[in-house]
Amino acid sequence: MDWHQLWIIASAPDNVPIVAMLFLVPIFTWMGIRQARANDRLIVRLEGDTKLAKTHHRKVEPWRPGWAKELHVWPYLVRIEFLVTLIVTVILFVWSITLNAPLEEPSNPNLTMNPSKAPWYFLGLQEMLVYFDPWIAGVVMPSLIMIGLMVFPYVDSSPFGNGYYTIKQRRFALGMFGWGFLMWIMLIFIGTFIRGPGWIWFWPGQTWDHNTVVFDKNVDLHDFIATSAIGKFLHLGFLQSTAGKAIFGGLVVGGFYILGGLFFHWLMTRGGLDRFDGSLPLTRRLWLWITTKDKFESKLLARTSLLQYLTFQFFAVSVLLALPVKLILRLALTIKYVWVTPYFNI
Amino acid sequence: MESERPDQKKTKQLGEGEKTASGLMGRVREETAALKERAIEEAKTYKDPQDTQLWKSIFRVSHDRADPRNRSLAILSNVFLHLHPAKINRDATRYGFTWGMGGITFYLFVVLTFTGVLLMFYYHPQKVLAFRDILYLEHDVPFGKLLRNMHRWAAHLMVITTWLHMFRVVLTGSYKRPREFNWCVGVVLLVLTLLLSFTGYLLPDDQLGFWAVTVGTNMARATPMFGSEGPLGPQLGMTPFNDVRFGLLGGSIVDSNALLRSYIWHCIGIPLVASIFMAVHFWRIRKDGGISGPAPVMLESELKAVKKK
Repeated sequence: MDWHQLWIIASAPDNVPIVAMLFLVPIFTWMGIRQARANDRLIVRLEGDTKLAKTHHRKVEPWRPGWAKELHVWPYLVRIEFLVTLIVTVILFVWSITLNAPLEEPSNPNLTMNPSKAPWYFLGLQEMLVYFDPWIAGVVMPSLIMIGLMVFPYVDSSPFGNGYYTIKQRRFALGMFGWGFLMWIMLIFIGTFIRGPGWIWFWPGQTWDHNTVVFDKNVDLHDFIATSAIGKFLHLGFLQSTAGKAIFGGLVVGGFYILGGLFFHWLMTRGGLDRFDGSLPLTRRLWLWITTKDKFESKLLARTSLLQYLTFQFFAVSVLLALPVKLILRLALTIKYVWVTPYFNI
Repeated sequence: MESERPDQKKTKQLGEGEKTASGLMGRVREETAALKERAIEEAKTYKDPQDTQLWKSIFRVSHDRADPRNRSLAILSNVFLHLHPAKINRDATRYGFTWGMGGITFYLFVVLTFTGVLLMFYYHPQKVLAFRDILYLEHDVPFGKLLRNMHRWAAHLMVITTWLHMFRVVLTGSYKRPREFNWCVGVVLLVLTLLLSFTGYLLPDDQLGFWAVTVGTNMARATPMFGSEGPLGPQLGMTPFNDVRFGLLGGSIVDSNALLRSYIWHCIGIPLVASIFMAVHFWRIRKDGGISGPAPVMLESELKAVKKK
């Protein structure tokens, strides 16, 4: 365990924001979940008590009939904003006095930095270069992510949770966004802490040895299958011809979209485990969760138009599923391309 | 008590004694005393600065009274504060609901503009000069190091706060009707924030920025159709000297032109575009009904069928 190496990475001035994020993201996630839980408890209580639901102000924040529902912005909001700007200013001053912005040697096109890394917020993209060709990782994926974020409000047809924290009513939408956000942070983490010289995988605490050589024996999926024992037995050698691998890859990618679509369709009709009888054993409840459609989630799905549904499926399979699948294929099975054509490789 | 002060007594006595002796001096003294009295009277009215013409002309309304009209006017009649509504949902002032991340992001933009303009006084976007300017800034300019550090860290913090702001908006479902479009404007602002940060990365012209931008712009080579190494690029006549990367760098390598382009995008181009999008973003917050909540919870039994047109 090379603690010094770990310290060098974590204390690099430009990496400090990531270290900060490792604390900030959990803190704010906890703040959100805490409020969501409180609201969810209130929702359960009001669902069970229609009489109370009619008179209740429907918030967890305290309220009495005599109280005004609105406050004057001057001074009740403006003073908070002022305080926040003061605090942010103080933080910036302390940060700027204690930590210097990095400055390396003058730029030199003849001396390549190793590893040469993008700024930390783009390391997710750079890490994607391992799994996809540059035109996908650098151009198509970022565009898909941006457009995917923009269509998010248009494909989420549920009217629930508009303006209040809740998990119970927005399980799927939150899950999808959370999954994307987590993946993004994870890629940045890998890019910062794990990728060393030569963009080689070094576990945290492993020394970044510039002489390390990894003999990658990356193979394409069609080769992997054709040369495997089963492939040889079934005489799948034709998969390695130009036409063979192009057709095979197309079928694999097409099949991936169909299976991925089915997976998301299955996932979006699952409710929470808490909707099942708590007295049943956990394995039984898990089985019920896997096999039965949730009524509430099904109602939400019924409200979704075909266009919304297909748009969501396209982005979900292309980004949210393709990325981790390709990541696992590459890291665990050392598979480089799944679809090889004379014009492009995926 | 005041009349018993010795100097005043003296003046009075003198005034009485010389009334007939010297008319001119007497009148001067009389006028002076009257003027002094008037000045004291007037000074008393200045004790409350909020009652002065100057104050009123600047602030238009006094902010000290607690009546509702006065408090509303304090917001409505102020160019900086009028982005706010006069009143908001009482629970929306809780920090826990909004996390204040949107506001902090905007404040950081202001801090970055301020420190950025100061940095521009010391910076030449030219090879050789650029790196020296940073050294000069770090070692000779008073508070230059602090200035550069603050610009750098505020930029990093702005990326984080933008993400956290989006995260909160998702958690509270604030992107839902009628705020869908404003969410899209926000996504554009996120991209602009990242681009602002990225274009600034090259400016010190050190190894860090140089290679980061080299890596970044090399990806542009692979743009489908518009990059010399992207799918369909070569077929459409793209070479390293006319593709999208060439346009970004102003050349086929990261050199002086790239520095200048980066500088202009960083200091003028993107901030201008971002300001326009910010104006729309803030305007739409108000037009879409202000902050989304905390709203009363909706019950599952209250789900209505979609209206068919």
